[in-house]
Amino acid sequence: MKKGYFGDFGGQFIPELLMPPLIELEEAMQTILPSEEFQTRFIQMLKENVGRPSALTYCRHMSEDLGLDLWLKREDLNHSGAHKINNTLGQGLLAKMMGKEVLLAETGAGMHGVATTVAAAMLDMKAVIYMGAEDVVRQAPNVNRMRLMGAEIVAVESGTRTLKDAINEAMRRWLADQENTHYCFGTAAGPHPFPELVREFQQVISKEARQQFMDRTDGALPDVVVACVGGGSNAIGMFHHFVPDASVKLIGVEAAGTGEPGCDNSAPLNLGSSGVLHGMKTKLLQTDAGQIMPSHSVAPGLDYPGVGPEHAHLQDIGRAQYVTINDNQALNAFVTLSRREGIIPALESSHAVAYAIENKDALKGQSVLVNLSGRGDKDLGILDRIL
Amino acid sequence: MNHMHMKINDATQHGKVGLIPFLPAGFPNREQFWKELEALDKAGAAVIEIGMPFSDPVADGPVVEKASLRSLADGIDLNWIFTELKARKGQFNAALLLMGYLNPVYQYGLEAFGADCEAAGISGLILADIPHEESQFVKDAIEPHGVALVPLIGLNTSRERMQLYAENASGFCYFVSVLGTTGQQKALPDRIKEKLAEAKAVFDIPIALGFGIENPAQLARFDGLMDAAVFGSALISHIESGKSSAEFMQPWA
Repeated sequence: MKKGYFGDFGGQFIPELLMPPLIELEEAMQTILPSEEFQTRFIQMLKENVGRPSALTYCRHMSEDLGLDLWLKREDLNHSGAHKINNTLGQGLLAKMMGKEVLLAETGAGMHGVATTVAAAMLDMKAVIYMGAEDVVRQAPNVNRMRLMGAEIVAVESGTRTLKDAINEAMRRWLADQENTHYCFGTAAGPHPFPELVREFQQVISKEARQQFMDRTDGALPDVVVACVGGGSNAIGMFHHFVPDASVKLIGVEAAGTGEPGCDNSAPLNLGSSGVLHGMKTKLLQTDAGQIMPSHSVAPGLDYPGVGPEHAHLQDIGRAQYVTINDNQALNAFVTLSRREGIIPALESSHAVAYAIENKDALKGQSVLVNLSGRGDKDLGILDRIL
Repeated sequence: MNHMHMKINDATQHGKVGLIPFLPAGFPNREQFWKELEALDKAGAAVIEIGMPFSDPVADGPVVEKASLRSLADGIDLNWIFTELKARKGQFNAALLLMGYLNPVYQYGLEAFGADCEAAGISGLILADIPHEESQFVKDAIEPHGVALVPLIGLNTSRERMQLYAENASGFCYFVSVLGTTGQQKALPDRIKEKLAEAKAVFDIPIALGFGIENPAQLARFDGLMDAAVFGSALISHIESGKSSAEFMQPWA
């Protein structure tokens, strides 16, 4: 397989001027990442600062309600509220050991921005966060958190004023500031080596979850593993150690938006086609002429017209199945999990929970392990306006 | 020798710099665009770069992005560009080049794209998001049609990478003057001289300097180190302010 590719997907479709920092990053992955110094510090940070291992929770009430065994991998319990911190601490530490001083990031829901800011503060670096102007309004609590922890926030007014435009602007900034700046890419997407790098830092989710599940079930594996998919980092982290387990069905849940025919959505694996954006060949929401279409989801973290290339490959080879959940189904799951289990999930993760609710008949009697990628405190403003 | 190479040679043999103006297709509107192209041609452009608008132009600065998105909103696409160019084939003295991003070309179909470039009289292509590592499948589709994939290099391109680009390169080499996006800037860094000299030693095709170029005075320092100059943002701003392309080209004559 060609370097940086997952089957037909992946690659390095970026301006030549970004190749030197990508090559530098790839070299750091080969030399610094496996070093004892990096591994010792990273594992210590995950334990002391993130709170790993995160819990595995059996949902007693919803399991009874739905007629299945519902388990949650609790990335929402991580410091800063989501799986994102696994990646930003990893990339932050790597960048620090590469001699970089600035962590540059883009963010949609704000969770990656918060996590990058936390990493920068912990590592005595500067955080510069690009965020679509639309998302700055939608996710105000996270913007306030980032400012409090010292990040420079850049509200992006171009294009659709959401995540994809924040990525465009962050890439432009990286072009100009590459010597001292590391682009802390937020998901398992973008040009090689980011999809592999982010997966490396997120695979801890399935490593822990697989062992925890077996410890609780006398060595049995779950029947189904579910995760929401925007760019796809929590899902690739949740899938990775289950990929070799043929008996485990892997389900990625994309956002269908309002769910009406022809509506804006965030489901490129279901409703898109192959193309090239943000440095990678993957599945995209696009017109016949190759222009990128606006995406939509009630969950800002899923609001992206592309997806990480490894997911496009897992779909291509039939190892994972990708389905859609619409805004209302996700909102129903948000409320249901909150009321029945006392756990307020992020709107993003609510899409994964909704899969279990909407498919309860087909899943009857099965064990369903859902990655609860983040917590929903950040979404209460959106919910106030909708519910 | 590629048509773009010949046209730049024509200029340098007369002691001039090859002029390479850039305009997004359909800018400032469908009809005016062709008039501007004719004016640029008459004013002595060696190569004219025609921008293929894309929704997410990550290497472009604000002026080019805004102009391209305006063309996109007007419905400008590759079908329009090729149809109009085919109708005007042979009417331009300058060599013609298309510049943009891979995805619209990929969706059009690379084979069809190569064939249509030939039919429309296009002799060069710049794709801002294609580094050497991903370039072969594009070259395979366009080179049989006489279309050169123009390499983009810059201040952070090592000699080793320049050599990768120089192998079998034709047309010209585009040297990006800044680490950043397109757009005007007051001072070009001195480091450019050293890297231009390195590029001159590696490439046996003309070297064009671009990004941040707005007037001929900026280029005096680089005499003998470059053969052509690319200008886009300054020209776009000039046209937007209601002035003519011919007027913009006068100081360069």
